[in-house]
Amino acid sequence: MTEASANADGIAICSITIKLNGEPRTLEVYPWTTLLDMLREQLDLTGTKKGCDHGQCGACTVLLNGKRINACLTLAIMHDGAELTTIEGLASEDGLHPMQTAFVTHDAFQCGYCTPGQICSAIGMVAEGRAQSADDIREQMSGNLCRCGAYPNILAAIEAAMPETRNRVGVFEAGASADGHDGVREVKP
Amino acid sequence: MNPFSYARPTRIDEAISLFGPQSRYIAGGTNLLDLMKENVERPKQLIDITGLPLDSIEETADGGVRIGALVSNADLAWHALIERRYPLLAKAILAGASPQLRNMASTGGNLLQRTRCYYFYDSTVPCNKREPGTGCPARDGLNRMHAILGHSEQCIAVHPSDMCVALAALDAVVHVSGPQGERRVDFRDFHRLPGDEPERDNTLAEGELITAIELPAAGYAEHSAYLKLRDRASYAFALVSVAAALDIDGGVIRSARIALGGVAHKPWRDDAAEASLIGEAAEPPAFDRAAQLLLQGASGFEHNAFKIELARRAIKRALAEAARGTAA
Amino acid sequence: MNHSPVGQPLDRVDGPKKVTGQARYAAEFPEAGLLYGSVVNSRIAKGRIIRIDASAAEAVPGVALVLTHQNRPPVASYDEPYEDDDAGDGSPFRPLYNDRILYSGQPVALVVADNLELARYAGSLVEIEYAAEPHHTDLRARLDTAHQAEVDLPPARGDAAQALSEADIRLDLEYSTPVEHHNPMEPHASTVHYLAGGQLEIHDKTQGVQNCMRYLEGVFGMEGQIRILSPFTGGAFGSGLRPQYQLVLATMAALKLKRSVRVALKRQQMFTFGYRPRSIQRLSVGADSSGRLRALTHQAIGQTSSFEDFTEHEVEWTGMLYDCPNVKLNYQLVPLDVYTPLDMRAPGAAIGVYALECAMDELAYAAGVDPVQLRLSNYSERNQNQDLPYSSKALRECYEQGAERFGWSQRSPEPRSMREGNQLIGWGMATGVWEALQMPASAKARMGGDGKLVVSSATADIGTGTYTVMTQIAASALGLPMERVDFQLGDSSLSTAPLEGGSATVSSVGSAVQQACAGLQQKLLDAVQQMPASAFAGARLEDVDFADGSMTLKADPQQAVELEKIIAAAGELEVEVSIEPGEQRDNYATATHSAVFIEVKVDEALGTVKVSRAVSAIAAGRVINPKTAGNQIVGGVVWGIGMALHEETQMDHNLGRFMNHNLSEYHIPVNADIGEIDVLFVEEHDEVVNQLGSKGVGEIGIVGVAAAVANAIYHATGKRVRGLPITLDKLLQDASE
Repeated sequence: MTEASANADGIAICSITIKLNGEPRTLEVYPWTTLLDMLREQLDLTGTKKGCDHGQCGACTVLLNGKRINACLTLAIMHDGAELTTIEGLASEDGLHPMQTAFVTHDAFQCGYCTPGQICSAIGMVAEGRAQSADDIREQMSGNLCRCGAYPNILAAIEAAMPETRNRVGVFEAGASADGHDGVREVKP
Repeated sequence: MNPFSYARPTRIDEAISLFGPQSRYIAGGTNLLDLMKENVERPKQLIDITGLPLDSIEETADGGVRIGALVSNADLAWHALIERRYPLLAKAILAGASPQLRNMASTGGNLLQRTRCYYFYDSTVPCNKREPGTGCPARDGLNRMHAILGHSEQCIAVHPSDMCVALAALDAVVHVSGPQGERRVDFRDFHRLPGDEPERDNTLAEGELITAIELPAAGYAEHSAYLKLRDRASYAFALVSVAAALDIDGGVIRSARIALGGVAHKPWRDDAAEASLIGEAAEPPAFDRAAQLLLQGASGFEHNAFKIELARRAIKRALAEAARGTAA
Repeated sequence: MNHSPVGQPLDRVDGPKKVTGQARYAAEFPEAGLLYGSVVNSRIAKGRIIRIDASAAEAVPGVALVLTHQNRPPVASYDEPYEDDDAGDGSPFRPLYNDRILYSGQPVALVVADNLELARYAGSLVEIEYAAEPHHTDLRARLDTAHQAEVDLPPARGDAAQALSEADIRLDLEYSTPVEHHNPMEPHASTVHYLAGGQLEIHDKTQGVQNCMRYLEGVFGMEGQIRILSPFTGGAFGSGLRPQYQLVLATMAALKLKRSVRVALKRQQMFTFGYRPRSIQRLSVGADSSGRLRALTHQAIGQTSSFEDFTEHEVEWTGMLYDCPNVKLNYQLVPLDVYTPLDMRAPGAAIGVYALECAMDELAYAAGVDPVQLRLSNYSERNQNQDLPYSSKALRECYEQGAERFGWSQRSPEPRSMREGNQLIGWGMATGVWEALQMPASAKARMGGDGKLVVSSATADIGTGTYTVMTQIAASALGLPMERVDFQLGDSSLSTAPLEGGSATVSSVGSAVQQACAGLQQKLLDAVQQMPASAFAGARLEDVDFADGSMTLKADPQQAVELEKIIAAAGELEVEVSIEPGEQRDNYATATHSAVFIEVKVDEALGTVKVSRAVSAIAAGRVINPKTAGNQIVGGVVWGIGMALHEETQMDHNLGRFMNHNLSEYHIPVNADIGEIDVLFVEEHDEVVNQLGSKGVGEIGIVGVAAAVANAIYHATGKRVRGLPITLDKLLQDASE
């Protein structure tokens, strides 16, 4: 991160570089720009949603160094050098991510506004490797509100996509930090 | 959020020397940014401490564990050492917030969470904690979530943390660095009651930084329970929570710890209540007595008086569960 | 072979866009140089603004405007332009109109800046001095000011008072329900694109693009210069039925600055407009000793604002659902210093049927009759409010099939008779009912040279599946695969559609789509007959089939012409139709019904409740898409669970302000609150309700659920809690350990 310029108040606009959906991006951000506003307003990546802006709904869930976080409650400036995956970065040339496909086939949404956050959260949850039962999934997906009430279908979609998602992402070793300073270590699926 | 400047030191002494009159340290940011967006906190400078070397979990020479202040709540709860030796702490952490927030929030930051009192959060209404001297509308207003113990004329807010309830029960020690050097604070002395200074949540001095939490060797791994009662099944703050830890030998209690969450401005413990259990059979009559002692002096308001009875039952249930053995 | 997509559980056609983040909502349409508005809201509940000092806010770099009632552009001064399609009687709220404060949270200023966070910060610097006046926000404290609601209640039948006095069993009960807020996941937002000619193209979160267009045209005197777009709506549940204040504020700022402006509300501000009103309901039930109803009275008192009367169908259901000779209904309103309530999922029914169905459960216990049996023995074949037969009513089948699926016959009738360790088990049930409405609607169908069918209407898809079911209806009509049909909505320039609400979209717009496609069939037939040596010469529409992309002669299936070829010969064909509800409906009552069965587990000592199992049996006519319709019902059940156990917007009456205005303290169910939900659609054939025979499913899913949960809790605990939500403290009282 470098200080690029300062405005009239002496507040610095800083330049950060992040690997966003696999592509290195260098951006100028104010210190108060949240990761969420950076995505939505500066980069026009509006797939990550703003439902509450206070970490109370999960619609802004993204994968930061592979771990699910609320993009609304963190500052962009704090993530220089980080790796960020948003809903826009999940599908590949081969098609949709299995979690995305499962959400469609199980009709795991209605209005679709919480959906990107649900999908990113579900992938993050699979990587955490702590959900062993339906009740575990329900509990561990409780950070993502769905006002349409599609929870049973969300559960069904996640159960269906879990094995293939696990094969893709691997499972984190306990103790790896969210900011990935010591690297996100994958263990064999 | 108001405009602010930002710094990211890499050494502890550097962080402390950067701290000015309207500075705040930021790590996970999950509560600070939340409050800044509502104009409850208006720092002129944020000091990002995530570059400090405070993110490890290590065993101490006397058999305890030292947890770096920057270890995330999730990593702490799922750390093998914590799961095995301090399951009470792991369970309390996992009962709080959401998986996303637990991935972000730091151990040190968890201690510094501010109350969820509605009035504190709404900067258009009076609140003695937010703006001393403006009054406490919660006393005659919406006080269902509020304190039944240790409240004052000025403030009836409660501390919202789950993790801290377990840390209180486990007799954790907070390591602090500041302009005056380093010091250790016993957990029970870390948070404070509101009294006449409700704006102060804890005993940290200006510019002091939490560097680590130390757990003593006794983890009560065999007999502990964390019970949280709330208005929905997950992702809600506690109405009442109980961290119960027992050391039982042949059915007789040798040592006991009970801490309550959601009932006071700090995690609530009572020495007499814990002492009353020692030498007793780990059975309901002893639990009932301990609950009565713990709740001595409790008083509620219009909407939260139920918490006294709820807490009594929750204490008994948690002690009974702990006596049965820590749940898998 | 015609594989009609209608009735198939197809995936949503907009699914791929929604799971990849490509579906754009109102605040997600970019424009270079876009300005951001942040709303400042009143902190007092009643009074006047006496001074506004915006100088500090204006001094923040990047701030373009601080808009208040003192410097806003001119707006209409009569009520009429403000009376949108969902307005009640009275004088609608006018944002930034003058210095009067009518409720806490009222918008009083808009700060516009080139950076979102700076706009918000500058908003905190706007100093407003108020002259506060005493306010009233507590319904119960103001019951003495209640007035009769201006609604056409069915006339009293029989003599309820007399029948009650003579009844073997008489119950007098009071139920209460709290204020609830819609809280769709997408906060309300408007992006106003200021076009070169001064016209406005606006992306708005709404359930009625044309409602918003007409409203803005009237308020700003901009006839023909406004287009509203809303391709995706992140939930609404009624919150988008009326134009909300951010639309007006964003438009004002755009007109003032001649620039494009976006205003997105914060979650806290989602508590500063419409909501489900608090209610106090009194029911008296008279029955013979076997539980046969002799008399019902239902009196509801709801809250409204000081400036408009909000009414909903709250008590009518009590005169309609059961066979009862003596019925008296009454509905009153209490004006308070609050914003006007707003239709919210199954408005009126959600709370009115809650009270009725709890009362029926109380009657079942008083009479010693099984709750399902009680309802069967009071079954109504006619809607006695209207004295009309139902066009169809498979409620009996809902009771039977729902009970069977749930295992109701295994229920032990006594309260507190089923348990598992610390948990008391309770099984409860209730009936649900909703109107099967149809509104006038239009649609256009067009087939061009690419062989694609484009069908359109200015309706909305708020997650209800409109895109998908309309595509199915059109594809079915013309025998095309789903991929060759494109349904367009959410654009005020499209064919006229009613508000998307009341479970009437399939019935109204779906019928129009079907008719438009039928018109296109005729045009295709006409065109094919113009082709040289046409085998279809003399054929009428009933003589041909549309299947597999072709038109086929029924009498000689070898005679088939691909639709693309007809278009190639005839050129693009287009049909627009407007349809009215059929006259055949006049002689019938039309309604959807449900039977809801709920299992709860209640911790005996701690009072925590978990809904472990739900079965919802639905009679809603023909189901166009069981997958999306089933999801609607599941969502309704989740809403009902939230209503029963969690939801309540809490007002501090001293401050006159809602205080739990966030998603942390306004509890909606999370995933962990929801157990198994089993939805079944019973067969129901209806040729009267509309040509599709389909009744709509958006509302029926919630109706009855809260009552079924409350009844299950009674069965589990023996405790009757008559005020929602049933939080653990209410169960703690008197509960024995």
